[in-house]
Formats: sequence, structure tokens, C-alpha cells
Amino acid sequence: MLRACIGGLALALLLAGAASAEGDPAKGEQIYHRCQGCHSIDRNRIGPMHKGLFGRPAGSVPGFDYSAAMKNSGIVWTAATLDLFLQGPRQMVPGTKMTFVGLPKAQDRADLIAYLEVATKP
Amino acid sequence: MLLLPSKASNLLARRSLLTGSGRAVLSATAVGLLVGCTAKAGTMQTADTSKADVDILNTALALEYEGIAAYQVGAESGLLQPPVLKLAVGFQSDHKEHAEALAKAITKLGGMPVQSKTVAEYNFPTATLKNQTDVLRFAAGLEEGAVNAYAGAIPLFGDKTLAGAGASILGSESMHWAILRYALGDQPPTVAFVGQSY
Repeated sequence: MLRACIGGLALALLLAGAASAEGDPAKGEQIYHRCQGCHSIDRNRIGPMHKGLFGRPAGSVPGFDYSAAMKNSGIVWTAATLDLFLQGPRQMVPGTKMTFVGLPKAQDRADLIAYLEVATKP
Repeated sequence: MLLLPSKASNLLARRSLLTGSGRAVLSATAVGLLVGCTAKAGTMQTADTSKADVDILNTALALEYEGIAAYQVGAESGLLQPPVLKLAVGFQSDHKEHAEALAKAITKLGGMPVQSKTVAEYNFPTATLKNQTDVLRFAAGLEEGAVNAYAGAIPLFGDKTLAGAGASILGSESMHWAILRYALGDQPPTVAFVGQSY
């Protein structure tokens, strides 16, 4: 049921994706500082590494101890699913260990995702 | 840049002014807030919100342990001049007090505190630490990250007393970040809002 809901939300996001804001990677790099308490591009820390993020199933970085909620979420990370997740991680994946309130501004999310698309390429 | 002894002395003098007596007050307050809140939490919070609060506290505890280990790496690197070493050890002591308070609060809420890792398990980029500036910049990055992590987590607390305690720790780590930037000769982070854009 949860997977179906998440899948439905992700699909809605994908369909709405064409209307989403254009992201600025340089601004996104600044916003990424907010993630760096727990995350790094190239090593697991409090949160999993971000290298190779796009196209990766959630909960699949080797060596990182995920919550069951994240491992079983059925999410694959794309710009659309990240945009939804970053609005409220604990709303999208109840039970995730990620304790971040989210980015309420669509432009901030677009900028961050634009940066991640560049910075996390394997 | 390397910190000149005279600048380091000024730095230490300023730090003493900022945190000398303040640290004890902050620590006692934080411990009191974190541990004292739990009776209230037990009666006023649901199991779900208490579990969520434990998750947040455990994330914070993991961050504090990482910070303690990072300062240990810096302290043992042989790269820090004595005044800077004293500063680093003082900051590490703050993180130890934060960790102790967080672990106690987690236990009193019925949770299981996360354990610290070995230094090797943190996989710090130690190969890039060649001089004092590198160590200070590494520490400043971790402190900035911690400030942002607390700022991003505090709104999630179900218990407002815990949110207040988290804000108290955020204040301490903001001071660490600012002082480290000063030591590096960087512009102080004079932003109107930290960890959010409004």
C-alpha cells in the first residue's frame, strides 16, 4: 500500500516535472552545505554517500545501515523523486533515519538537485 | 594560512571571553533540558513522537561522536600549534558534553543510544590534512555541517523542551564554526539565517 502511494506520488511528480523550476548548480552547491552535517559525496557518514545517486534504488549503498523504511520504500532516485523527498523526508518515508525537516522552497530544491546531478556522477 | 602565535593568543583570549564561564552554563543547561525533559516526555508525548525524538537525538549523538573523533585526529596529528591544540581540545570537550547529555536523554526516553565508531571507521580524509590550516578547515566544515544538521532537525522535535536543548547545542557549535573561520582568516559567517532560507 505504502509503495503504491509513493509510486503514485512519484508519478504525479514526474508528470508535473515539465513545469518545475530550472535549477542553478552553483546555488545548489551552497544549499548542499545544509546536507553536509550528515552526508558527503564520496563517503558514508551519518547518512549515505551521494555519489551515483541518480538512478539508484533507495537504501542500496553498500556498507550503510539504512532503516527498514528506506530499504523497503521502492523509491528510485530521480530528479522527480528527490524533489518530493526533499520537501519532507519523513513525510515521504515515515521511519527514515534522516532527521531533516526539508526544503520548502521549490527553487531551493531545484538548485540542489541541479548540483547533485553534476556532483554525484560516478 | 598558519595561525600566528599572537593571533592565536588573541583567539584564545576571545574564546575564553566567549565560552570560559559560558561553557559550564551551556553544558549544565543542556544536560538539564535534555535529561529533565523526559518525565514530561513520558506523560505528554505519544510513543510515535517519542520514537521520532529518539531518532533525532541519535542522529545528533552520531554527529557529536564524529566530531569528537575528528578533533582527536586533529589533536594527534602533530600539525597544531599549542594554542590551537588547546582550542581544539576545548571544542572536543564541548562535543563530549553534548554527547553525554544526548545519550542520557535517549536512554531516559527508552531508546538505545548509537555507539561511537573507531577513528578508522569514520574514514576521515586524513591524507588531505597536511598542515594546521587543513586541519582547521576540516574542523570548520564539520562544525558548519553540525550547525546545519541541528537547524534542519530541531523543527522535527515533538517535545519543545528537546528543541530548546538542541538549539542550545546549535549555539555552541555555531561559536565553534565562527571561531575556526576566524582562525583561518575567513570572513565570519555573518548570515542572517543559518540552515534555512526564508
